[in-house]
Amino acid sequence: MSEKKHEGADGIDWSRYPSADFFDEMINAKGKARPASRKIAKLLGDLSAEELESRRVAAESTVRDMGVSFTVYSDGENIDRTWPFDLIPRVISAEEWAHTAKGLKQRVKALNMFINDVYHKQRIFKDGVLPAYLIKDSKNFRPECVGINPPKGVWAHICGCDLVRDADGKFYVLEDNLRVPSGVAYMLENREVSKRVLPEFFETNIILPVDDYSTKLFNMLASVSPRRVRQPEIVILTPGIYNSAYFEHAYLAQQLGVELVEGSDLFVDEDDCVYMKSIAGLERVDVIYRRIDDLFLDPEVFHPDSILGVAGLMRAWRAGNVALVNAPGAGVADDKVVYAYVPKMIEYYLGEEAILPNVETYLCDDPEQLKYVLANIEQLVVKPANESGGYGMMVGPHATKKDHEEFRKLVVANPRNYIAQPTLKLSTAPVLTGPGVAEPRHLDLRPFVLQGKGIDVTTGGLTRVALVKGSLVVNSSQGGGSKDTWIVAEREVKS
Amino acid sequence: MMLSRVAERVYWFGRYLERVESMARLIQVYTGLLFDLPQNTGISWHNLVIASGSHAEYNRRFSVQDEKRVVKFLLEDLSNPSSLASSLRMVRENIRTTRDMLPPESWELVNEFQIFVNENMTQGLNRRYRHEFLGQIVKTCQQINGLIADTMRRDAAWHFLNLGRSLERADMTIRILEAGASMSSDFIETDTNHVLDVVWRSVLGTLNATMPYRRTMKVAVNGDDAARFLLEDTLFPRSVACGLLRMRESAELLPGNETVISALTKLVNTVAKGSDYNDVSDGFPAYLTALEQSSIIVHSAIQDSWFKHT
Repeated sequence: MSEKKHEGADGIDWSRYPSADFFDEMINAKGKARPASRKIAKLLGDLSAEELESRRVAAESTVRDMGVSFTVYSDGENIDRTWPFDLIPRVISAEEWAHTAKGLKQRVKALNMFINDVYHKQRIFKDGVLPAYLIKDSKNFRPECVGINPPKGVWAHICGCDLVRDADGKFYVLEDNLRVPSGVAYMLENREVSKRVLPEFFETNIILPVDDYSTKLFNMLASVSPRRVRQPEIVILTPGIYNSAYFEHAYLAQQLGVELVEGSDLFVDEDDCVYMKSIAGLERVDVIYRRIDDLFLDPEVFHPDSILGVAGLMRAWRAGNVALVNAPGAGVADDKVVYAYVPKMIEYYLGEEAILPNVETYLCDDPEQLKYVLANIEQLVVKPANESGGYGMMVGPHATKKDHEEFRKLVVANPRNYIAQPTLKLSTAPVLTGPGVAEPRHLDLRPFVLQGKGIDVTTGGLTRVALVKGSLVVNSSQGGGSKDTWIVAEREVKS
Repeated sequence: MMLSRVAERVYWFGRYLERVESMARLIQVYTGLLFDLPQNTGISWHNLVIASGSHAEYNRRFSVQDEKRVVKFLLEDLSNPSSLASSLRMVRENIRTTRDMLPPESWELVNEFQIFVNENMTQGLNRRYRHEFLGQIVKTCQQINGLIADTMRRDAAWHFLNLGRSLERADMTIRILEAGASMSSDFIETDTNHVLDVVWRSVLGTLNATMPYRRTMKVAVNGDDAARFLLEDTLFPRSVACGLLRMRESAELLPGNETVISALTKLVNTVAKGSDYNDVSDGFPAYLTALEQSSIIVHSAIQDSWFKHT
């Protein structure tokens, strides 16, 4: 036994780090760093508690100065809050990432074929692969979209697929976000922060860059322009500064060099073309990367009292005069019941086996499965089919008897609207919890997949981490934070 | 081409940033001025409220006109729309919604700036630390302007920024001349030339104009020449004529500029013609009021030409 260290005084002591309870991203159950993390864990361990603390403070003030903030509706006047950032990166080996990226591309390709099928011949239902009620009862099916042919047959151009690791260390897809997924700006800004505060880590490790995302996004947007012009007019449509993701809308507009517009800046003329109101009069718009939900897009078609959208937008889109990214109606595949069928879709449309597995999912609509869910609700996570942001769900092992009873009633009353999944033993990664002290916290990963003319995946993605000990909820609106995600090559690789 | 809504916000960003700097300069120089004047002159802190253009609001709310009350009102009072804190907040709100137009580092600087001001406001209220605190504010404004000048492409956004900044600057110079004239007329009977000199030196000082004045006018500081310099000089950035000419250069490069150019040209001609700057009790103040009204006409022309949302 070596001489007893004062807790934390000498920086992170990995031999004291508890890594046996869950799959830990950095340290294996024997207390040794995983291969891709080896140099990084060593560098971190070599920093004194004081040095770590000063880096943490530097990161905090960098985040603050960058104005990285997200909005919480109930915050009233002070709508900016700093996004909590944890200094210690989340490391994934380049080899594992290449495999994961392949799986994500496969998945999104199939999802887009599914959406296109839903709004055309509905072959997958006629062939009996998927039950027809999926469409009939879907909150996100838009009859207004039937028969439309968006450019390249792509509906969900930008997807955020949430991945989690279970106790076996494998990645599982937890959900697909196909409406207006957010978070990519935090992924980009997190990298800027870690480059500033951990510069020497980048000298001794091959950390693949993430900043090609903006170029890829721009190229994808340009590739779906209905007008074949050299410089299509691309805009980002935001609901405005009170939206929780406004920071990201502004950030992306800046990165892409495109106009950030609000509904009131746009106008659809009698020629069914979209124009923006500029200092020189009206200018034609080709591609709208919209960050507004379907139902607020166009008061002529959806919510008549929406002031966020643009009257006539759907007319212009149906006439093929403007591209909407993502296309209206893409959310039909963004449903936790449809989710359960994605592996079957991949088989049906691509004739391939799914590379990335789903989390096992019980559909409450099926009497057998419902019976299982009601009997085992204490062990399961129950989720509504159509909510996002972690709202309206129940984590069985963390809930009270009263909650269990309440969810039994909810599920029985509306079985189509609920799914249940086993409570995963979500993986952990070290988070700095005090000067020189790291403790494991649960996390997930949201990579972004772009599909236009081609298909691309971010290098890694946004790692969200539950900062509260033992918590599984990583959402920023509910006490989550984030980490930079490093895809580390052990040797130089071709990108 | 630039969105009308965004053009408007960039314009206001320019105006508010200038307003923050002007307010800091004004309080800084005025604090110095009071030390230089004999105790019994009767010049009060309230002149500062007049120069800032918010006396109606102040008089409605307060009867006391002491240093503490006035400085608090002008620096940190968020319910006073012309306070430094209010202007800085508007700087941030306007850049927050136009971040895609301005150099990215300017957003970081503005964030740091607001945090600095919020955390150190008490230093501004305390006379002992005020000079340093306000000096830091002026420096930060110059840093932001310098960054923009060095890195921003001279596109439409730049021209709207320049329009806002220059118009605000001209307004401020006119208001400071107004305060100078008002103080001069209070003392002209009883003078003591010494007091008038101190007043006009502080007017020039507020606008960083002391040295350029000396080199250009080649006479000792006096009210008549100081006013002529600050209104008619076409090369000094804070003089009214210079600001208006810069605005016209920007307007000429924007589409649909006819009414703005004609309003500016009219105002430029009025300024070039000048007035009797020695008539500090009647003619000169009336002339300054007329200039202020013309500047409002320029602002409306800008609004109608480019920011109309329909």
